[in-house]
Amino acid sequence: MEKKTLFDKIWDAHVIKKVEGGPNVLYIDRHYIHEVTSPVAFSGLKNRGLKVFRPSQTTAAPDHNVPTLHQGRPITDVQSKTQVEQLEKNCKESGITHYGLGTEEHGIIHIIGPQLGLTQPGMTIVCGDSHTSTHGALGSIAFGIGTSEVEMVLASQCIMQAKPKKMRISIDGNLSNGVTAKDVVLYVIAQISTSGGTGHFVEFAGSTIRQMSMDGRMTVCNMSIECGARGGMIAPDETTFEYIKGRKFAPKGEDWNKSVAKWKTLHTDEDAEFDKEYHFKAEDIEPMITFGTNPGMGVGISQDIPMGDNLQGSDKTSFIKALDYMNFKPGEKMEGKKIDYVFLGSCTNGRIEDFIMFAKMIEGKKKAENVTVWLVPGSKGVEKQIKAEGLDKIFEEAGIPLREPGCSACLAMNDDKIPAGKYSVSTSNRNFQGRQGPGSRTLLASPLTAAAAAITGVVTDPRKLL
Amino acid sequence: MSYDKFSKIISPAVPLPLENVDTDQIIPARYLKAIERKGFGENLFHDWRYDKNNKPVKDFVLNNKKYSGKILVGGKNFGSGSSREHAAWALYDYGFRVVVSSFFADIFKGNSLNNGLLPVVVSPEFLQKIFDKIEKNPETKFEVDIEKQKFTILSTGESTTFEINNYKKHCLENGLDDIDYLINMKKSIEQFENK
Ligand code: SF4
Repeated sequence: MEKKTLFDKIWDAHVIKKVEGGPNVLYIDRHYIHEVTSPVAFSGLKNRGLKVFRPSQTTAAPDHNVPTLHQGRPITDVQSKTQVEQLEKNCKESGITHYGLGTEEHGIIHIIGPQLGLTQPGMTIVCGDSHTSTHGALGSIAFGIGTSEVEMVLASQCIMQAKPKKMRISIDGNLSNGVTAKDVVLYVIAQISTSGGTGHFVEFAGSTIRQMSMDGRMTVCNMSIECGARGGMIAPDETTFEYIKGRKFAPKGEDWNKSVAKWKTLHTDEDAEFDKEYHFKAEDIEPMITFGTNPGMGVGISQDIPMGDNLQGSDKTSFIKALDYMNFKPGEKMEGKKIDYVFLGSCTNGRIEDFIMFAKMIEGKKKAENVTVWLVPGSKGVEKQIKAEGLDKIFEEAGIPLREPGCSACLAMNDDKIPAGKYSVSTSNRNFQGRQGPGSRTLLASPLTAAAAAITGVVTDPRKLL
Repeated sequence: MSYDKFSKIISPAVPLPLENVDTDQIIPARYLKAIERKGFGENLFHDWRYDKNNKPVKDFVLNNKKYSGKILVGGKNFGSGSSREHAAWALYDYGFRVVVSSFFADIFKGNSLNNGLLPVVVSPEFLQKIFDKIEKNPETKFEVDIEKQKFTILSTGESTTFEINNYKKHCLENGLDDIDYLINMKKSIEQFENK
């Protein structure tokens, strides 16, 4: 029998047709939408005189634009308000489930999908957002699409896609204390660069990944896109089943047993071939921090900013431009650099485990005077867990109020903008110029490193505070 | 059908010799708030094009009268970052029909092809040649022949071929998009669902 990878198994089972000299017509099981990339798709659909084909397979939540304070009050930014209202209206008209502001399910769509049990192994999942890759952590093929494709899915529950190449990234061994899933993925991106995965779909494998919790696996798959890959995925196992069991939309009763039996076949066959393979050792990974303006420009926190001597031509120009923007110099130490903001949240690190890590480190301490800290849960569900475990008390004692869920400073479409020239240690996924607000300077890091920076006010190796 | 049919293009080109031009630079997130696919060209490369006081930055290529045309020539890894299709719309809306680079980010490439914007991949050497030609003479004309899949520097006749899959080529040439194709497949889709 043909040896197949996990990716092949799911992809091939969803191909309706292979277009001569063109892409595959791929069936989509689950479609997530939010307020920014969907309105144009709905208006396109309307212009063509079409209706949503399978409304029950689409789920919506506003997340990019929403305020993270006083969510009960009307949104003040007119355009944001329009988009949020338009989403609700479109959903109502088409019969799509919409978890709006104020509902107990509300949150960042990539957080609530898994949390509600909507994301399941073996599914094809798309959303007009690149970090859809998050859902791959549960053993699904999940990837970001453009608005035209959102329109396609609304119109036909299908998209047209060429089958990507396959890559496996294996990480083996035990992570040392203070090193988290976020550091693993930042390390991988720094090693293979932001274009290393282009054209590929990545399967993450190896003992380090197997030992990770679901929350950690989601962090890894979330950022798989930052190495240029179409998405990342992890074969489902007991950790996955345990996570899904009992969630709102998880299969129940006899269905559950049937589903698990099916899910257990979802793994890469021995000897199946990948177009590319990488192997990394967990022991080589230390807490990571970025110094530049793409997620691949990261170093171990005890290391210096590279000199860039080996770079040439436009690589060199980009490197210099990035450091210039950050106001850093080649060879400088990252540790000890003064920072102004800390952001814990986003679909990368806005889950309960991230808040537990942050809380453990900051417990009994105060945040540094010079630092503003934004703690933004990924969903109402996460917020509820935070309160149930009393973490909000720990934060309050440290001088940090908890905010309400949304994408927040991850892309700064709402009011949560880092001011120009200021430094933010952020648990989000992108450090592009101006990503967190015009002129903002972002240092990507783990929740532990973010907590350490919140306490000391400077870039700090979290291992020193453990 | 949401864009014009793509035919042969002869035009000077606008050079942007930077690498990793990400979609946040092509169209900053704060300009994504529209609910219709119109007017994004105004904010194309906004933060490079305008300064803090919204005054045009003189030496940015789009503000430099020397440069014009329907072709944008960018450095390696053009269109990286966020999957926002607005980047392709903004380039199209501004008037570009072709983007040339030695390497494109995947999603950006797909989005462009879906919106009447042709991404042309050339070798790094050829890319350099194009940049050199524009630098010497900004009025240098280029020809993009989608039918023959050929990109030519008209002043010297130097040319290179580029890849595009047959399906996308057919769509671009006819101004059709994937949705036109998919809605004609409804039967097969329903059959698949009932399997
Ligand atoms: S949290 Fe950031 S990366 Fe995630 S969906 Fe929101 S904006 Fe996108």
